[in-house]
Amino acid sequence: MEWEVVIGLEVHAQLATRSKIFSGAPTAYGAAPNTQACAIDIALPGVLPVMNREAVNFALRFGLAIGANINRKSIFARKNYFYPDLPKGYQISQYELPIVSEGRLIIETPQGEKNIRITRAHLEEDAGKSLHEDFHSKSGIDLNRAGTPLLEIVSEPDIRSSEEAVIYAKTLHSLVRYLEICDGNMQEGSFRCDANVSVRPKGQKEYGTRCEIKNLNSFRFLERAIDYEVHRQIEVIGSGGKIIQETKLYDSDRDETRSMRSKEEANDYRYFPDPDLLPLIIDESWIEEVSKKLPELPYAKRQRYIHSLGLTPYDASVLTSSKSLANWFEASLKALGEEMGDAKLCANWIMGEISGRLNRDNLDISKCPVDSKDLAQLLRRIKDGTISGNIAKEVFEAMWSGEGEADEIIKRKGLKQISDNNEIEKIIDGILAGNDDQIAQYRAGKERVLGFFVGQVMKATQGRANPAQVNEILRRKMGRPD
Amino acid sequence: MLNYSLNELSGLLKSRKISSVELTQSYLKRIDSLNPKINAYITVNPEASLKQAAEADIRLARGQIQPLTGIPIAQKDIFCAKGWKTTCGSKMLSNFVAPYDAHIIECFNNVGAIMLGRTNMDEFAMGSSNETSFFGPVHNPWDLNAVPGGSSGGSAAAVAARMAPAATGTDTGGSIRQPAALCGITGIKPTYGLVSRYGLVAYASSLDQAGPMGRTAEDCAILLNTMAGFDPRDSTSINHPSEDYVQSLSAPLQGLKIGLPKEYFTAGLSAEIAQSIEIACEVLRREGAEIREISLPNSPVAIPAYYVLASAEASSNLERYDGVRYGYRAKGYKDLVDMYKKTRAQGFGPEVKRRIMIGTYVLSAGYYDAYYIKAQKLRRLIANDFSNAFDKVDVILGPTSPQPAFNLGERSNDPVSMYLSDIYTIAVNLAGLPGLSLPAGFSGNGRPIGMQLIGNYFDEARLLNIAHRYQQVTDWHQREPSL
Repeated sequence: MEWEVVIGLEVHAQLATRSKIFSGAPTAYGAAPNTQACAIDIALPGVLPVMNREAVNFALRFGLAIGANINRKSIFARKNYFYPDLPKGYQISQYELPIVSEGRLIIETPQGEKNIRITRAHLEEDAGKSLHEDFHSKSGIDLNRAGTPLLEIVSEPDIRSSEEAVIYAKTLHSLVRYLEICDGNMQEGSFRCDANVSVRPKGQKEYGTRCEIKNLNSFRFLERAIDYEVHRQIEVIGSGGKIIQETKLYDSDRDETRSMRSKEEANDYRYFPDPDLLPLIIDESWIEEVSKKLPELPYAKRQRYIHSLGLTPYDASVLTSSKSLANWFEASLKALGEEMGDAKLCANWIMGEISGRLNRDNLDISKCPVDSKDLAQLLRRIKDGTISGNIAKEVFEAMWSGEGEADEIIKRKGLKQISDNNEIEKIIDGILAGNDDQIAQYRAGKERVLGFFVGQVMKATQGRANPAQVNEILRRKMGRPD
Repeated sequence: MLNYSLNELSGLLKSRKISSVELTQSYLKRIDSLNPKINAYITVNPEASLKQAAEADIRLARGQIQPLTGIPIAQKDIFCAKGWKTTCGSKMLSNFVAPYDAHIIECFNNVGAIMLGRTNMDEFAMGSSNETSFFGPVHNPWDLNAVPGGSSGGSAAAVAARMAPAATGTDTGGSIRQPAALCGITGIKPTYGLVSRYGLVAYASSLDQAGPMGRTAEDCAILLNTMAGFDPRDSTSINHPSEDYVQSLSAPLQGLKIGLPKEYFTAGLSAEIAQSIEIACEVLRREGAEIREISLPNSPVAIPAYYVLASAEASSNLERYDGVRYGYRAKGYKDLVDMYKKTRAQGFGPEVKRRIMIGTYVLSAGYYDAYYIKAQKLRRLIANDFSNAFDKVDVILGPTSPQPAFNLGERSNDPVSMYLSDIYTIAVNLAGLPGLSLPAGFSGNGRPIGMQLIGNYFDEARLLNIAHRYQQVTDWHQREPSL
């Protein structure tokens, strides 16, 4: 039987506000346990939550970026359950009326563009952390994270493979970073995915029973957990069994999903509107204020790179994969002068020499030792014929090692290209002399010989001879009979 | 000196006839002698109070005098006060020392008032007789066998017994007004949102409101001037322009339209109270008021709606008492769930558990619409009743409580009859309106009778004005229990 996989993702994006969603305590990661939790975060008797306006701004930015409805009135609700790292015994979240609903995200799959609908995005607070190691059979509680703002982004079940799920998650990841509402650091838990997975026979209209896999904190785990779960479900159904709706955890060490709780064991969260918070009312002027500050989004940027700059879809999508990379590219292009062909030249260098070295040294573009203006200077020297592409690579290596700017290095190392015909002719004459055999072979039609002589010239000039001129002069001098 | 009004005390302090330290000492002495009988206070800390008094004396000497500077005030044990044990009448918080000040504690500290002590209350403000307190019941100063009402029973008894010049309370379903009535004092529950809830240990967040309790309307007006005001730390606090509640106390009542809700004068009301209100109406007529009958047709559903909504909110508000971070933690548990169970089983009393169970039930999947949502609709209807009534009259007058103080133990095993004690006060909380209770007579067996004035939103000044005018021509509020 042919199976169709149906996936919906819930992503928790930690909002990069300075203070918590309902208190003034800082949100910075990595502080000593319980040093960033104030009276409100630890839920002392009598304390009250106050909404952080910046968290709302961030949610609005996201809502506008995915073309969603911004609900003019949304409600904070309490989700009640007992757990030691949940100080109030309830999480403040949004339930019936979220701030954002009905948006969409366009993803680029190998089969083309696909529209993934986003059901809703709502604001809520994070819980603290339970630490089960190092306490001799007891558990420690760190409430630094308690009250950190989260945007929970819920997709429709529009995703049809683990590959698509990863593309969707990456596209979303890139978007929240473009919007500067989330640092996207998956290791620190700033961007966490839950996957709802089911399978159904191809052609069947109804969805199969789904399982939810919780807390997938890397794209690789997301893919592998879904693959494992799909395989498991097909096997269960194939052998006559039934899928039980349950919540599962992915164990990356064993590469399998394990049951956490079934639907029957699920908590009754007893949601009700939080009486400590008034309905969140968003007026037109607030939306306008946020939309004015919205940056160019990855999809629009990609389209512009393809249609205005003439880049290939592949180049455009690599360069727009992060805002910092796109900014770097645009800065170097601007410094170069934005002439015809410049975009391609910049793109090639960034995606080749620069990306290669960044990957090798495990650096982000923001930490690139060569800045965008310096790259532009180097590329200008290629364009004006001062150096060849090969020499440029040598210059660039020196720039990377901090030896200075392109012009300085070219001058100091004497790498300026030899473009004087007379000078090149002199060198060529010297090399051709005493090589009559090879010349004869060339004349007899052995094209390879030309390459041999070009190599000799380059060797003699340490690569500085203008390759186009060398080719032309060699052909003329060896004068192949027609 | 124990019978002086706040205004008189302020005059004495201002003219340096007495010092704040002397005044505080005299009250501490009175508490020392009477508290064993009345149990109005859970905590007194003479050292801390006298230190504050000495500081107030310095302010007074410098001429930095505000109406409450140097005057000791009893604070209900529901407001967090830095360095003070704040128990909320519960074993759960019997060891909890607050590390911060509630908004209203700040308000009193800022004007140089003295924290006289922490008054007894029903556990987590759940009760109408003060019998649910972990620290034992409060005895009514007018009759030690009677309850003082609740939940602010300690504050009411302290003021009535002259163990404090004035006190604070909180009112979720009648917890200021009903004990004020049962102890023969004056108390006002302000409009929801007028006084910040920051630092007030929550029972039912959408209903809780702090307010003053004093012997007279004038004293309450002075306290309210200090307590009212916008606080950004409470999202439900309302940015209402500040008013001087003292200034308008003496305004004439000529042409004032008072409505008597017919639903409040039915079989459940004691004849003595009905009669007292009738007489009070005469007094108010002589002052120039017109009295007419009105209807609040949804009154009968107020109690069920209240117990659904208040319990729902309470079940969630009290989840934080889990033994993890502060407060009581049971000993001898085997795992996390066992710790939760034992801590909450041992830390909460029966009435609190009852409301947690009711609240948990009405919020459960499958019952939410039938109970919680329906109760919210009733709440809207009740508010509409009042809004219609205020189209016809300026204020509403009625009983505060259906009977005068009942005996200790009389209703403690019958929750429904206990809940009925708040039949006339609860609707006011559901609508978020201000309500004031003031003394209006005594029963045949010498227990105080209170009556209630209900005003439109932010009509506190008018309620205090009417009560003050009434107190200028009556002396119920001046009567003193013999102790």
